[in-house]
Amino acid sequence: MNHYFHSLRIDEGKCDGRMKCMKACPTQAIRVRKGKALILEDRCIDCGECITVCPNSAIIPLTDPFGELAKFRHTVAIPSPALYAQFGREILPDKILAGLKQLGFDDAFDLAQTCGEVSFAIQEYLREYKGPKPLISNMCPTIVRLVQVKYPDLIDLIIPIDTPREIAARDIKRKKSNLFGLKEHKIGTFYLTPCPVKMISIKQPAEKGKSHLDGAISISDIYGLLLSAMEDIKKVSYRKALESICILGIGWAMVGGVCRTLRLKNSLAVSGLPEVLKVFNDIERGRLRNIDFVEAYSCAQGCVGGSLTIENLYISYNKILKLIETLEFEKIKACPDIREVRKLYAQNYFFIKGKVEPRPLKPLAPDLATAIQKRKEKEKIYETLPKIDCGACGSPTCLTFAEDVVLGEAKLTDCIFNLAQKFRGLREESCPAVDKSAPLNPAGSNPSKKRKKGKVKK
Amino acid sequence: MGIENGLSQTFEITGNDFSKAGSISTTVKEILQEIGIDSSVIRRAAIASYEAEMNVVMYADKGQLILTVTPEKFTISVEDEGQGIENIELAMQEGYSTATEEMREMGFGAGMGLPNIKKNSDEFEIASIPGKGTSLKMTFNLDTKKEK
Ligand SMILES: Nc1ncnc2c1ncn2[C@@H]1O[C@H](COP(=O)(O)OP(=O)(O)O)[C@@H](O)[C@H]1O
Ligand code: SF4
Ligand SMILES: [Mg+2]
Repeated sequence: MNHYFHSLRIDEGKCDGRMKCMKACPTQAIRVRKGKALILEDRCIDCGECITVCPNSAIIPLTDPFGELAKFRHTVAIPSPALYAQFGREILPDKILAGLKQLGFDDAFDLAQTCGEVSFAIQEYLREYKGPKPLISNMCPTIVRLVQVKYPDLIDLIIPIDTPREIAARDIKRKKSNLFGLKEHKIGTFYLTPCPVKMISIKQPAEKGKSHLDGAISISDIYGLLLSAMEDIKKVSYRKALESICILGIGWAMVGGVCRTLRLKNSLAVSGLPEVLKVFNDIERGRLRNIDFVEAYSCAQGCVGGSLTIENLYISYNKILKLIETLEFEKIKACPDIREVRKLYAQNYFFIKGKVEPRPLKPLAPDLATAIQKRKEKEKIYETLPKIDCGACGSPTCLTFAEDVVLGEAKLTDCIFNLAQKFRGLREESCPAVDKSAPLNPAGSNPSKKRKKGKVKK
Repeated sequence: MGIENGLSQTFEITGNDFSKAGSISTTVKEILQEIGIDSSVIRRAAIASYEAEMNVVMYADKGQLILTVTPEKFTISVEDEGQGIENIELAMQEGYSTATEEMREMGFGAGMGLPNIKKNSDEFEIASIPGKGTSLKMTFNLDTKKEK
């Protein structure tokens, strides 16, 4: 009955079942059935790999339209710091924030400030933390989903400090509602997002609470508008614009940006799902017990590599890096006051409400004994398959196909090799003399029996 | 071995092959997940099987990991052909390691493998014949109270 919200949808009209998405999916969440791609809800972690590889643009990211603003009395844009890396070098955050107000938001909030505060909070938490290590970052919702689904045994390692975007939205709502005498729900907080994944953390937070954000608007959707809106904005001096940038927070847009703020801590940063999987495997094996904190992003290079950004991810990565270097060189340290942060920290201001629960994949059967039998069956079927992962059956690998058969979601004859065997089997029946001429694969001898087994469940 | 109601799967481990090292414990973990074993037990099994797999890679010529699962418990047996262990008591001590310099540079050789295997399994047996090989058997009990 559990329904999982996802931030992507397949446009069946555009999909012609080319299987690129199925092959690219890191959690084997896509099947191609009747010539159309199908997303398996419980397996999908919303990483967006499929959006990127689809040659037909048939996988549509779900974000909020700009028109959502009309539903609120007062609206605040909260751009991901990745937005700061989307324009030319001379366009600094102050100008971008001004441009957003020009665009129709009543206010625009610099999230880098909150990121800086959260960096301090993480540092505080790591200092007093005595439990198993390493702790894992939570700002990327795909990473949180990945842990819930594929690494449920690591769930307690997810850091319980809330994300800057949620903390900022909560604070903005509270302050603005006091200021204007408006109910909090009349104040619309919109995250400007580099990826569709933030939608799931808004619509269905991993920790089952309620998000303080009212929506997420794609950076790619507002890019053009924002660019022209910024044309009319008066220039402030470069130096002055620099002075408002929080050096601790700006780096949150890119991989390594958080680690570099955690002085004296043994931390590491990883980006891109295949790399993240390697690191998580090592965590699971107990190989990273000496690391305090792992900063992990689904997208290569961090959020600057999000699927809804415009600029080339290496260029935007570099822009953020250069900006940090400039700030260091100019000795500009517009940072939150650490004493203030400590005070807030002591009041539990930064802690996440609720707990992230594991969401492991459904086992092959609800009870152990049956599940064990099914797993055995799966292995038996797998052994008969050609193990070339051709995908023609509509499952991404021979192993997932075997599982689909066991679960009754696919038929053995969906495998083109088995189909060939079946025809050969028929021929033998009518012509028993050639009995021993079918050495290719033993499954061919009794596909119908297994098929029946698979169907019993449905 | 006569486990009609159970599953038994064997995996070959190649000594000195660091490139694939760890892949078997990952497969073992995936199988346990598919069967629906509790994630806290999986966590312990993942650590223990990885350490055992690595010991074969590091100190033996070749070996086998056998996973056996029944509704009551599962066992992971690792048997290898290799140098074996002279003094098991010593090898079991935390921090004791004969890892080479190269292995240490790769981050191995903390001498915590065997102790961690013991700590993370519910039952643990080890036997070794110097010059021939080593065998380990770890058992994990499954809570048989019906749930879900
Ligand atoms: N399968 C094995 N074959 C031979 N020697 C082993 C084997 N497993 C462990 N040993 C010996 O026991 C020592 C301790 O092992 P372990 O606790 O895993 O620590 P480490 O692998 O870090 O050295 C090893 O250094 C090695 O000398
Ligand atoms: S790395 Fe950043 S941009 Fe990419 S999915 Fe995660 S949160 Fe979104
Ligand atoms: Mg070892």
